[in-house]
Amino acid sequence: MAAAGAAATHLEVARGKRAALFFAAVAIVLGLPLWWKTTETYRASLPYSQISGLNALQLRLMVPVTVVFTRESVPLDDQEKLPFTVVHEREIPLKYKMKIKCRFQKAYRRALDHEEEALSSGSVQEAMLDEPQEQAEGSLTVYVISEHSSLLPQDMMSYIGPKRTAVVRGIMHREAFNIIGRRIVQVAQAMSLTEDVLAAALADHLPEDKWSAEKRRPLKSSLGYEITFSLLNPDPKSHDVYWDIEGAVRRYVQPFLNALGAAGNFSVDSQILYYAMLGVNPRFDSASSSYYLDMHSLPHVINPVESRLGSSAASLYPVLNFLLYVPELAHSPLYIQDKDGAPVATNAFHSPRWGGIMVYNVDSKTYNASVLPVRVEVDMVRVMEVFLAQLRLLFGIAQPQLPPKCLLSGPTSEGLMTWELDRLLWARSVENLATATTTLTSLAQLLGKISNIVIKDDVASEVYKAVAAVQKSAEELASGHLASAFVASQEAVTSSELAFFDPSLLHLLYFPDDQKFAIYIPLFLPMAVPILLSLVKIFLETRKSWRKPEKTD
Amino acid sequence: MAVTDSLSRAATVLATVLLLSFGSVAASHIEVCTSRFWFNYRHVANTLSVYRSVKRLGIPDSHIVLMLADDMACNPRNPKPATVFSHKNMELNVYGDDVEVDYRSYEVTVENFLRVLTGRIPPSTPRSKRLLSDDRSNILIYMTGHGGNGFLKFQDSEEITNIELADAFEQMWQKRRYNELLFIIDTCQGASMYERFYSPNIMALASSQVGEDSLSHQPDPAIGVHLMDRYTFYVLEFLEEINPASQTNMNDLFQVCPKSLCVSTPGHRTDLFQRDPKNVLITDFFGSVRKVEITTETIKLQQDSEIMESSYKEDQMDEKLMEPLKYAEQLPVAQIIHQKPKLKDWHPPGGFILGLWALIIMVFFKTYGIKHMKFIF
Repeated sequence: MAAAGAAATHLEVARGKRAALFFAAVAIVLGLPLWWKTTETYRASLPYSQISGLNALQLRLMVPVTVVFTRESVPLDDQEKLPFTVVHEREIPLKYKMKIKCRFQKAYRRALDHEEEALSSGSVQEAMLDEPQEQAEGSLTVYVISEHSSLLPQDMMSYIGPKRTAVVRGIMHREAFNIIGRRIVQVAQAMSLTEDVLAAALADHLPEDKWSAEKRRPLKSSLGYEITFSLLNPDPKSHDVYWDIEGAVRRYVQPFLNALGAAGNFSVDSQILYYAMLGVNPRFDSASSSYYLDMHSLPHVINPVESRLGSSAASLYPVLNFLLYVPELAHSPLYIQDKDGAPVATNAFHSPRWGGIMVYNVDSKTYNASVLPVRVEVDMVRVMEVFLAQLRLLFGIAQPQLPPKCLLSGPTSEGLMTWELDRLLWARSVENLATATTTLTSLAQLLGKISNIVIKDDVASEVYKAVAAVQKSAEELASGHLASAFVASQEAVTSSELAFFDPSLLHLLYFPDDQKFAIYIPLFLPMAVPILLSLVKIFLETRKSWRKPEKTD
Repeated sequence: MAVTDSLSRAATVLATVLLLSFGSVAASHIEVCTSRFWFNYRHVANTLSVYRSVKRLGIPDSHIVLMLADDMACNPRNPKPATVFSHKNMELNVYGDDVEVDYRSYEVTVENFLRVLTGRIPPSTPRSKRLLSDDRSNILIYMTGHGGNGFLKFQDSEEITNIELADAFEQMWQKRRYNELLFIIDTCQGASMYERFYSPNIMALASSQVGEDSLSHQPDPAIGVHLMDRYTFYVLEFLEEINPASQTNMNDLFQVCPKSLCVSTPGHRTDLFQRDPKNVLITDFFGSVRKVEITTETIKLQQDSEIMESSYKEDQMDEKLMEPLKYAEQLPVAQIIHQKPKLKDWHPPGGFILGLWALIIMVFFKTYGIKHMKFIF
């Protein structure tokens, strides 16, 4: 009986040991992985390798140029070789991680009859008007006329027209094609891409010492812009100001914005503010018996007035403010002086990325023999000339560096030449691609550094979309389709910003170590201690039982 | 006594945060007060004083995000309603009438603060509640309240740790949301909050070292609470001498409030900052000067013919001859004004009231005896 009892306890002990081992096995094999899996932060898969590949992206910007040779522009045997294509490619030397190559693909051909006719008309402006076809964004057409043609003034070698066309003089020389090719590249560069255009676009990504006034001016690329025209009348008792802003916007601003339409959505508003003073007191100049504001006081003008403009209520797009200030009677006339002390012709100044202010002086003749308030009709043409010029400067549409002896066409009715829009689109596309790449790379870096950020599925899909859009935009740029490249680059920026700034990425999952211990110990310790102790006991007994046979042996 | 008072208050943690951002082109500020309850009046006064100084130096409201965790001006315990004083004898009302509070009361939470910093804001948030900074903005962040070693308390219910703050700044840096950042904190053990920063271009100032408490300045007997903290008080005295054109640099700001005046030792951290502090002007962060250029070019526009102009004017005059616009009837105001007060029907008192009064009377007469009834009837 004692033996049976001993055998029974032995059985029980063995069963107990098995049970303890089984508990431990379940806890370690099943429990630990389950706990680990359920407490890790959810991260949908992201294309990390593609994102790091974007950094090494090689951008090739292709400008398709069609070169049309008229008769007698080049020697006959050269004319026999037409049509063929020449490619001119060079790398833009910028200190940026993305390599940018600029490629001019020149397709040479002979002129058609109607083109010959058009180019033999009296002046180059008429010749340009006869051009029928509208060209795709980013492409150019250059006409080569004979060396002695009277289409251009005698001393001018080339002419840049308003609608993506240019005229260059040919030459009768053995190396005609090479010489003309270089001239064409110079003209084409002025109309599309030069180093300073790209440097301005990438100004935010390049090291600081490259900054200059030119490069700090342009607005950042955005999906849309809000333009606000404000009339400030600080003295309604003296001036009853009337401005036909609706008409002016319809006649002058809207055509300009339509021409710029590819670059974003524009919305225009206007307002009139009464009793809005400038924050600065103008000084009196007895020599001209007028008041003036000198250059140093101009920066202090904007901030006091900005709070009253209501631009924060307008929209989420960047706002451009254009203010027309009619000075009060006590401070009339008011002129702005530049740093040399001379009054500025336009009487206006602008601030990069903010807008512009123009001072409109009331003609002193209107005061004669009138009862206050005098009615002031604002000359909208003068005002809009200045505002549109400021708008161009704020967008970064500046006069390009012309090749020597080049004639630039006169202004168009909209105030914008089509190739200026192209230059803007090239710059914007590159800027968008740079921004999107930086955003995606920063997101990948952040996820590596901070382990608590959750990436949901929709955020991951935005990242995939952004990567695909960047690659598509680069392809389109390489094949010369500027319009679709620009649209793709905008999509890339939108998707990458959506992914980076998604509210769900905000991690509040940081717990200091002592808090983590405080949460887990009451849960795990009561369970772990018996298991561990029983395991230790089992191990010690097993070791003892191994030693025992040795002893008896 | 002032010392022990503020020590006991240090136990409760409330934070006031003021965020301001400034830039060489545009500056932004974020100012956060994280403290709640009447006895933390001084944190709100701190924040509003810094807000006032900054506005005086030219920063518009659109560039300031002001977060106040409690409303002291309209607090029922405020003996002078609609005012917040920052100096005893009620010399300076910092509340004024142009204070624009962007996040108020229960909206001041750690989550909202981090959302403002990192920009991960729901799309419906208005512009005034966003930090609209870009890579050229200098940002000033001022925080005040109750803090401890490595944390700052929000609203007496949650905390922000120094690691979370450092991570938020890193996220701002990755997205280039700031050019340079100045972080000022006035809490107990404030230096612990900037210990963990690791992003470049950050300069930090704190009112006390780890293990020290920041103390309040002076109580006001009329209002009954402490009005300001010492460090902020002396910083504000310093800022009063700054005007938009002054050339004082950061080294002068580091000397503000030495131990003899502040009792605690203010600290600062400049190792992450690229420029030398003595070349950094105070107005880089506290003032805002825009870059301005004279417009020298115009474009040529063609005058439209007179006919179009006059026809447009005719259209305008036609419009003027139309009927004046009227609003639809929205409220029958006349009826409302001349309404007679409605006669309410009389109802007998409810059963509960009757029972309650019966009980009271019974107890009364049980206690004092029935003979008192004759004095009633």
